[in-house]
Amino acid sequence: MPERTVVVASAHGLHARPAALFTQAASKAGVPVTITKGDRGVNAASILGVISLGIDHGDEVVISVDGEGADSVLDELTELLTTDHDA
Amino acid sequence: MTATEQSQTLVGIGVGRGIAIGRVLRMPDPLPEPATTPSTIGPDSERDRVTAALQATGADIRERGERAGGKAQEVLEAQALMADDPTLRSEIDTRIDNGATAERAVHEAFGGFRDMLVGLGGYMAERAADLDDVAQRIIARLSGVAAPGVPESDEPFVLVARDLAPADTALLDLDKVLALVTSDGGPTSHTAILAREKSITAVVGVVGARELVDGTDVVVNAGSGEVVVAPSADDVARAEQARAAQLNRASVPIGPGQLADGTAVPLLANLGSTDGIEGALAAGAEGVGLFRTEFLFLDAGSSAPTVAAQYAHYSKLLRGFSGKKVVVRALDAGADKPLPFLNDAHEENPALGLRGLRALRAAEQILRDQLTALARAASESDADLWVMAPMVSTVEETRYFVSLARELGIKTAGVMVEVPSSALLADRVLGEADFASIGTNDLTQYTLAADRMLGSVSSFQDPWHPAVLRLVGEVGRAGSAHGKSVGICGEAAADPLLAVVLVGLGATTLSMSPSAIADVRAELRQHTREQAVQLAQAALRADDARGARDAVNSLVAELASS
Repeated sequence: MPERTVVVASAHGLHARPAALFTQAASKAGVPVTITKGDRGVNAASILGVISLGIDHGDEVVISVDGEGADSVLDELTELLTTDHDA
Repeated sequence: MTATEQSQTLVGIGVGRGIAIGRVLRMPDPLPEPATTPSTIGPDSERDRVTAALQATGADIRERGERAGGKAQEVLEAQALMADDPTLRSEIDTRIDNGATAERAVHEAFGGFRDMLVGLGGYMAERAADLDDVAQRIIARLSGVAAPGVPESDEPFVLVARDLAPADTALLDLDKVLALVTSDGGPTSHTAILAREKSITAVVGVVGARELVDGTDVVVNAGSGEVVVAPSADDVARAEQARAAQLNRASVPIGPGQLADGTAVPLLANLGSTDGIEGALAAGAEGVGLFRTEFLFLDAGSSAPTVAAQYAHYSKLLRGFSGKKVVVRALDAGADKPLPFLNDAHEENPALGLRGLRALRAAEQILRDQLTALARAASESDADLWVMAPMVSTVEETRYFVSLARELGIKTAGVMVEVPSSALLADRVLGEADFASIGTNDLTQYTLAADRMLGSVSSFQDPWHPAVLRLVGEVGRAGSAHGKSVGICGEAAADPLLAVVLVGLGATTLSMSPSAIADVRAELRQHTREQAVQLAQAALRADDARGARDAVNSLVAELASS
């Protein structure tokens, strides 16, 4: 399954607004997306799941996409995570 | 309001002196926890109900977001996503398949996530309130009742609630709130603190407030602690007049605090960190009357902050108040605010335990480091640094602190008077200390034997109580006999009329949150020193807090008309 390791850029990590933006993008992808921090992976379309990972600025996460167009979905989500939405 | 309605007056504890006229809007009470009785309509029907409720709630939240715009919309959008959440949905479905009702399944599924967020602590724990709010909205929709939470209205309103939680006040559109009326909670409740901070008219702990219904006209008078229900045209006219008079007074220009006869009463700021410096100066604070240092230690983690780290903070503080007085309180922690390096023993009664100076003395190096850092910062600054010890209960403790502070280079060392024993022996305490500062919140808690943190005894937590005022008077007398400063740095100093009473009892400076300074400044200008003493005497003659307030209010009216 295609995956990518990303360092989260948002100053306050993946909370609130950045988490909402990421979740919305993941659910629009139309294919299952998983985000993993450490050994815990959650459905990336679940805001509660994403928030519960407690992702902070500078944390390394892995996103993996299963299905068609995986690479372009990965491109889009990577860009979201490497942008500082709190700036 | 109809002509047949009789006006009725409800009584509570006023916060500040504001007057508001408006219509009641109630904050719905929280929903009861859904029962665990199994579903009688089967999983398929329960699932359909959940689907409809989730969709409708999500749409409702989004619609509110669009109306609100800006930052609020972002928060609401995140809440709407919670209602759509696929992980949550599968948690709900699992419970429904096991026989739960839709209400119970939603309650439990949200509860699981809530506990997880709380467990993460900090910022995430604060989001738990957002989650609760969504859960309550969904359950309300399922049960066909009004959604709890802060009511919304396009018209300004008087908000009536049991008490407000921090999460409620964060969502509150303050521009629409004319006044706050609560049935529970005392003068140190979250509602009262918010009202004081934002200068909102409020009366808390109002007996009978639970019976107020939406749309009722009320006059809320914080000065007298009264809520007039269905007021007559006369009542409204009088209230409008009084409010106009107040607005005139609030325009007293920024300047030093003084009584009508020119007696100076410096108005100082209570600060919890250096972030508040600009706000305090903008409000016209003449210095700092209470700088709390707990944040430095709470943020430091598992060990106390170094002398160098503390020195940097204190220097920043003193730079902000160049040429002014700055009173810093030594670390005030105890079992209620445990710090691993100071005291993490479990205590049955933290308020009566190893806290304040007692805890510092048991870990003297921490106190030595703090005093060393303060003295170093002061030696490079032209601010006038005073340092005081928290929760001092004996003359011997006073002597201990003052001599240690002097040894480490502190020029002015004093004590906080928060325990009745210190107030009763103030003449001897002030024989040792350079100054005293009265912490009225704790002094009230210890005098009335009522835990500040306990809602069920919050009605005792009223600094207007004549027993508390008598103790303040003891300290005032001792200060004047020794020619030493007696400050007030509790919530009491932020209550404009009580501030005048405290000055009448011998307080020489008043310290409060910066937002309260303007009102107190305006009130002080209305009374001479002699009148302040008369008001204090009237308060002391009362039997209880309510009586003291009433006596002072009527004497103010009398003095004004004579």
